[in-house]
Amino acid sequence: MPLLARAVDAERQRITLSLATEPPSLDSALATDQISSFLLAHLMDGLVQYGPDGSLVPGIARRWEAREDGATFWLREDATWSDGKPVTAEQFVYAWRRAVDPATASQYAFILFPIKNAEAVNRGDMAPERLGVRASGSHKLEVSFDKPCPYFAKLTAFMTFFPARQDVVERWGRAYAADADKMIFNGPFVLERWVHGARLTLKKNPRYWNQAAIKLQEIDLPYITSDPSTHYNLYKDNRIALSPLDSSTLSDALARGYETHLFDFGTLFFLEFNFREDRATRNLALRRAIQSVLNPSLLVYKVLGLPGIKPAYSLFPSSMRAGGGVFSQQYPPPRIDYDIEQAQRYLAQAKQELGTIPPLTLLVGDSPRAVNEAEFYQYVLKQSLGLETRLDQQTFKQRISKMRRGEFDIAAAGWGPDFDDPITFGDLFASWNENNRGRFIHAGYDAAVRQAQQSLDPEVRLQAFDRMQHIVSEEVVIIPTYENVGLYVQHPQLAGVRRSIFGGDPNFRYAWVEP
Amino acid sequence: MLRYVLKRIAYGALTIWFIATATFFAMHAVPGDPFNSAKAATPQLRENLRARYGLDKPVGEQYVLYLKNMLRGDFGISFTQENRRVNDIIREHFPVSAILGVVALLIATAGGIAGGAVAAYWHNRLPDRLLMMAVVLAISIPSFVIAALAQLLIVQANDLTGRSLLPVAGWGTLSHLWIPALVLGLGTMAYLARLMRSSMLDVMNTDYILTARAKGLGNWQIFWRHQLRNALLPVVTELGPTIAAITTGGFVVELIFAIPGLGRYFVQAVQQLDYTVIMGTTVFYGAFLVLIVVIVDLLYGVIDPRIRLHGGRR
Repeated sequence: MPLLARAVDAERQRITLSLATEPPSLDSALATDQISSFLLAHLMDGLVQYGPDGSLVPGIARRWEAREDGATFWLREDATWSDGKPVTAEQFVYAWRRAVDPATASQYAFILFPIKNAEAVNRGDMAPERLGVRASGSHKLEVSFDKPCPYFAKLTAFMTFFPARQDVVERWGRAYAADADKMIFNGPFVLERWVHGARLTLKKNPRYWNQAAIKLQEIDLPYITSDPSTHYNLYKDNRIALSPLDSSTLSDALARGYETHLFDFGTLFFLEFNFREDRATRNLALRRAIQSVLNPSLLVYKVLGLPGIKPAYSLFPSSMRAGGGVFSQQYPPPRIDYDIEQAQRYLAQAKQELGTIPPLTLLVGDSPRAVNEAEFYQYVLKQSLGLETRLDQQTFKQRISKMRRGEFDIAAAGWGPDFDDPITFGDLFASWNENNRGRFIHAGYDAAVRQAQQSLDPEVRLQAFDRMQHIVSEEVVIIPTYENVGLYVQHPQLAGVRRSIFGGDPNFRYAWVEP
Repeated sequence: MLRYVLKRIAYGALTIWFIATATFFAMHAVPGDPFNSAKAATPQLRENLRARYGLDKPVGEQYVLYLKNMLRGDFGISFTQENRRVNDIIREHFPVSAILGVVALLIATAGGIAGGAVAAYWHNRLPDRLLMMAVVLAISIPSFVIAALAQLLIVQANDLTGRSLLPVAGWGTLSHLWIPALVLGLGTMAYLARLMRSSMLDVMNTDYILTARAKGLGNWQIFWRHQLRNALLPVVTELGPTIAAITTGGFVVELIFAIPGLGRYFVQAVQQLDYTVIMGTTVFYGAFLVLIVVIVDLLYGVIDPRIRLHGGRR
């Protein structure tokens, strides 16, 4: 009975895992979520990939060259799709045009915007054929930029940049990639079976160009549920090879002597202020008063109390890499003095400037952790500053919607990186960014973002990022609170699993089962 | 009889229309829309998405279009499972919920009737007391606690014996079915047991039982031939809503045991404001409930000769 298979099978090099949700879509142009990203990372190869140490390594592209006005990718000639047809430059051109085509309505179209004319095409002002990418022969891809884009090669590891086969996409229309037999693969695994809501099975792709490096023969995912304790129970019963832990299952895992692992998601959580005209939080002195009393380390160590979670002090997570090293080690986060007297001086100033300070609306999520956090903020602001706050607890979609419409004074928010460059956090508070939900507008900040986006000089970029983190701290655009980590248990026989923030996680491409 | 059936069907259709309309407008009144995701959409993208899903049209027009499609049996395409039709979602996942529900119902009915009868037979004695205690527990403990507990017990049992007695979660074989079905049916079983018990006790004090006793019938014969059969009627009455509740209410059990039923999709859709899936599943469940209630009404006449549907002379 295959459904009752063990977590790992060394002889057949087969592993069983679970999923939190059904992938909403395996169409790489439409996919946005982690589950789809995880699956696509095993089914597809992009131009480049992230290697074991987080550096870029060749994928379908043998080599590449980045210039100020564009980039060239030379494709390997031995790469094929699972039906044996070659992977060509034209398939990348097709996929990228499709992703920015307004009719596709891809939520990640923006990630292609460094390409010439991408924004205009996405706005519907230009035909998709005008996108700045072309095939020069079957194995050479030429990309042109509107503005220099020093991190473009890193972007192409992202799923929206994966190639697509026009014949397959057009054959299935809107049902494309909705079932295992309605898509095609060029990666190390093929999707052999997809029973919606119940089970996905990945089999090694015998036609993969680098198949000699792939040891696992099968990855079976017969359990789909968002209940965290079910995953852990399945792990305990030796049914799955990896299970995330939360605060309730962690203690049991420790008591049983399981080896627990930590994984840094590179995700930043923060409090975001509303800068709109009618909001008290537009007042700098008020924001500084709040900043001076909310100490992230108190939140992390006294309230959240989960191992591995780190207090955050900068817009850029401490593990963010840039310029060949870790950014926070080269440019440490700005210092903040947690000082009640100073806070009260700021508060007095704010009261002078504003008259009275109305109760502040604190917009938060509805998870147990979000509630704990919110109560901490409420308590600290009341105790140390006498500030009243009203909690507005909302489900995820509604919280995002309220943030977008500016219905908050302070909002608890989070951000995960899309690619391995600090700009993925840095441009958040650019005046033109739709994710700048507090409407912070600052010419100096915008200039720093432009410089970081366009300069090809790594040092100039690093300095621009440093300016950003200082402006964010001095203007109190946000108060960084913590960096999230994942805790998990993994079957002792399973080796070679890579946890990476980028390019699909966890990554079993180079994993194997030890005897 | 036929007139009665037609009338019920007409009322049923009206009910479904009402459900559809109320859901449609309630949904559009909720703040936010399905396109709110962690990464903000540009105004351009929002427009592209709204156009793709027809949300750029005025609400009135959307409503008419939606009713038209509904009449044709087409609920549209899911907002979150971007390439799947809502009809396919219902078609693939309702049977799973239904199988689970039917087995749960069988377990609940058999257990409930037997338990209630046993409790009434030994009224106010030890079996009665024990059973009623269990009933109170089963009714008052929420199903997510029972489900989690049951799962934990399976893990412990497998661990202790070193064998796979039962699967912890998943779907696909018979062995995956029993525990989730039992957990799902447990509340209903307890409720039916209590109902059966009191119904039995009511019957016990009626004249015809007294007559039977006076005629010298044995305890067992009275119990079996007169008490049990007459006590069943109120239980059958309850079965209608219960069938609907059980086949549609398995969300928690489906979640904890990783069962690909429709309940999970329904709840997920509500959380994600997946308009088309919310509409599709709500209308489908509504129609299902109406259908079951009509069937049960019709069955009354079959089970109890005192009930006449066409209002003819007795």
